[in-house]
Amino acid sequence: MLDLPLTTPKPKVIAGAKQDWELVIGMEVHAQVASNAKLFSGASTKFGAEPNSNVAFVDAGMPGMLPVINDFCVEQAVRTGLGLNAEIHLTSAFDRKNYFYPDLPQGYQISQLYHPIVGEGEVLVELGDGTARIVRIERIHLEQDAGKSIHDMDPAMSFVDLNRTGVALMEIVSRPDIRGPEEAAAYVVKLRQIMQYLGTCDGNMQNGNLRADVNVSVCSPGQYEKYQATQDFAHLGTRCEIKNMNSMRFIQAAIEVEARRQIAIIEGGGTVTQETRLYDPDRNETRSMRSKEEAHDYRYFPDPDLLPLVIERAYVEGIAANLPELPDAKKARFINDFGLSDYDASVLTADTASAAYFEAVAATTDGKLAANWVLNELFGRLKKDEADITASPMSPTQLAGIIALIKSGDISGKIAKDLFEIVYTEGGDPAQIVAARGMKQVTDTGAIEAAVDAIIAANPAQVEKARQNPKLAGWFVGQVMKATGGKANPAAVNQIVAAKLAL
Amino acid sequence: MSDLTKLTIAGARDALRKGDVTSVALTEACLNAIDAADALGAFVHKTPEIAMERAKAADARIATGDAPDMCGIPVGIKDLFCTEGVPSQAASKILEGFLPQYESTVSGQLRDAGAVMLGKLNMDEFAMGSSNETSVYGNAVNPWRAGNSDAALTPGGSSGGSASAVAADLCLAATGTDTGGSIRQPAAFTGIVGLKPTYGRCSRWGIVAFASSLDQAGPMTKTVRDAAIMGRAMMGHDPKDSTSANMAVPDFEAMLTGDIRGKVIGIPKEYRMDGMPPEIEALWTEGTAMLRDAGAEIRDITLPHTRYALPAYYVIAPAEASSNLARYDGVRFGHRAKLAPGDGITEMYEKTRAEGFGPEVQRRVMIGTYVLSAGFYDAYYNRARKVRALIKRDFEDVFDAGIDAILTPATPSAAFALGKEVADPVEMYLNDVFTVTVNLAGLPGVAVPTGQDAQGLPLGLQLIGRPWEEGELLNTAYALENAAGFVAKPAKWW
Repeated sequence: MLDLPLTTPKPKVIAGAKQDWELVIGMEVHAQVASNAKLFSGASTKFGAEPNSNVAFVDAGMPGMLPVINDFCVEQAVRTGLGLNAEIHLTSAFDRKNYFYPDLPQGYQISQLYHPIVGEGEVLVELGDGTARIVRIERIHLEQDAGKSIHDMDPAMSFVDLNRTGVALMEIVSRPDIRGPEEAAAYVVKLRQIMQYLGTCDGNMQNGNLRADVNVSVCSPGQYEKYQATQDFAHLGTRCEIKNMNSMRFIQAAIEVEARRQIAIIEGGGTVTQETRLYDPDRNETRSMRSKEEAHDYRYFPDPDLLPLVIERAYVEGIAANLPELPDAKKARFINDFGLSDYDASVLTADTASAAYFEAVAATTDGKLAANWVLNELFGRLKKDEADITASPMSPTQLAGIIALIKSGDISGKIAKDLFEIVYTEGGDPAQIVAARGMKQVTDTGAIEAAVDAIIAANPAQVEKARQNPKLAGWFVGQVMKATGGKANPAAVNQIVAAKLAL
Repeated sequence: MSDLTKLTIAGARDALRKGDVTSVALTEACLNAIDAADALGAFVHKTPEIAMERAKAADARIATGDAPDMCGIPVGIKDLFCTEGVPSQAASKILEGFLPQYESTVSGQLRDAGAVMLGKLNMDEFAMGSSNETSVYGNAVNPWRAGNSDAALTPGGSSGGSASAVAADLCLAATGTDTGGSIRQPAAFTGIVGLKPTYGRCSRWGIVAFASSLDQAGPMTKTVRDAAIMGRAMMGHDPKDSTSANMAVPDFEAMLTGDIRGKVIGIPKEYRMDGMPPEIEALWTEGTAMLRDAGAEIRDITLPHTRYALPAYYVIAPAEASSNLARYDGVRFGHRAKLAPGDGITEMYEKTRAEGFGPEVQRRVMIGTYVLSAGFYDAYYNRARKVRALIKRDFEDVFDAGIDAILTPATPSAAFALGKEVADPVEMYLNDVFTVTVNLAGLPGVAVPTGQDAQGLPLGLQLIGRPWEEGELLNTAYALENAAGFVAKPAKWW
């Protein structure tokens, strides 16, 4: 889609005591479907509700209660699949993953092991330095989230909150195509960006809307290429899965520390055990989650309460026809249509709100100027207020108005910054403010000449110095600007000062 | 009217509409009969207040002249159905104290049609059993006795309480559920009619799940006509059950012409089991003759995979059950074991489930867990699913070849003595040999009483129909019922 000269990034290499090691990473991202109701019940998914208030009978595993698929969640999974250029399976099916835990009331999680709704796709992950990795998606399946066990409210009892129980998740499973911690974070950022564009997942990691399991292994240089050529995992090292991380920082730190742990084991003559581990950010280490004796046998089998999920080709095509413009396409268009740099286009397309804001400004003014003002002035000002673009007090029309005044020469760049602050804090129409407050730039050379003459006459000593050192002409320019209240056209002032001083 | 409890649904309906009887009178008669029949162990939770309230409402509705067929009819509800505010325990200790806040779709449809719930009926725990002996309440007893013996016989299972109550005229009809024969076998053991509809006809919503792909509710009644009336009231599409069929339910009663001339009845040779008692053999032969005499064409057919049905059933049903019963963990409802100091969640699960589930349920949960476990899944569960597909195809082949219904024995024997088979699970499982194929194939099946053994115990035949053709099936059953003229009643001893 992007016709840009991107090169493949180098894998992260960690120097061990004996040799160099490369990292190989695959991810399972759990994205909460942006749905008001759960995957198999009508209960609300609203975050932050009173414990156990968003619970239908079926969520609580009451006897005789049955799941009924929420069609909206199915649609979001299809949208996400299409957004990741993935194959959509017209027939998929739900399976039960059986295990006992108090926050899993049915005693099983309904998931899609054998027949996921979305098959293979791919994501372009750009790293911001001109390199980009294509990460293959293996599958996306729909599944239920579990509830929350609370162990720290009482010394003897545990409590359970079922509000999350049964909330729809999309598990997005990648191939082991990610080669370093930064790439892993960039991959999650890109997935989140695509899903936010699609509206299929809010991507709020703090609220647990997006969580990642990371599979990490290390291998000697050259081995990964053998894996890619054959798709035979035997060429790769034994992997460990680090569960349930909900911050980009932790994902990167966990990969790094886990890779180093594995390298130390291998170089010490040991072997890495395939297992599930947890990352402890306080101690910056990963720890084994469960011992082998407790290894779960999930006894997956097709859920007999649910018929296979069959969707029509026309339904998928209908969804495909109404997909929004996705980040890669939007960025390419910004570069092509507005002449933006790769970096500026990336920042402006990071989220749909920023992109829409920029486009609204650029629609009536110069694209590059619009990008500069949005990126430098507006984003900077919003950051100071800890606000985001959706909370901007300045509308795109107002910002476009300011830019138009600069372009027409009515105000200088410096005045424009003052005007920006006025419009940002007080509101109002930029052109009217300029007129009402006399902020219009003075381009009348007669008035400027008079001001220059007066300053030269009042400062003969400075004139002498400036004639010996022309760099001091700037002092006269400054005095003129001061005398005209900053409204004099700076280019005209420079020219007249130079002429009058006969430089 | 002298003995109101002996009425059929059809008879009571007509009498209610004519004003010859009131639902209140009918209901009182049934409640009295129930109170006098504790020895049968059929009713495990009596609901006289609910019954009288609904009876009064039914009488008022009948008086408006616009009441459904089931309005005012006193019925019993199997304990497997969740009934709002009324204990619903699936005859298990683990659901001790559980009061559902919801009404199952099927019992709710009956309630909305004006049927009067008398109480909850005994059954095997979680519907797992063929003799009603796995119930936490103790077994129900068959109102029939063999000859002059006073030995207590099983009413069959799992819907043993339903069968006992209907046969003993404690209620006009009852709901049952059938996963491998749990309606048809007890119906045959007690001389009543039991219909298992096509899978998907009755909503499973609110019925405690045993094996979800096999479970189906159905009516247990005194006559085929009653099964047609009550069955229609129980069936229908329910969006709350994803496996419920969105198909219209015809007026089955209107289809009962008794005319089966030209119908083709299949007699499957594989159901002629080694060591089948001569009485069952004779019953089957007589039934075949009755249908032939009624104008049906009799054809020998083959259902070649029949002998694999029982093993496949005893893999699939426990597999699903092991997962369905995982929710009974003591965390949210029902029984929770008393814990010792230092016990954690694992001990809570282990103790609660060890105390709460009886031995047969534990056996099936363990079998189910085993057949789904890593390394055994393909050898057992997947193979059983393949067998199931073959069994289904066997039936499709004969229906495609023009067979309208299939006649088989309902059970391999008459009712047996309580305690006789409970020690040997495999012998107990063999009770289902003629019935499980129907569940595996999702077909409708009906047990009709057609004779008695030498000791006077009732015996039944099974008719199996095409999917969704309960009306045709019931009409064939009606013809068989008419020809057999089974009118015997158990002598009252309780």
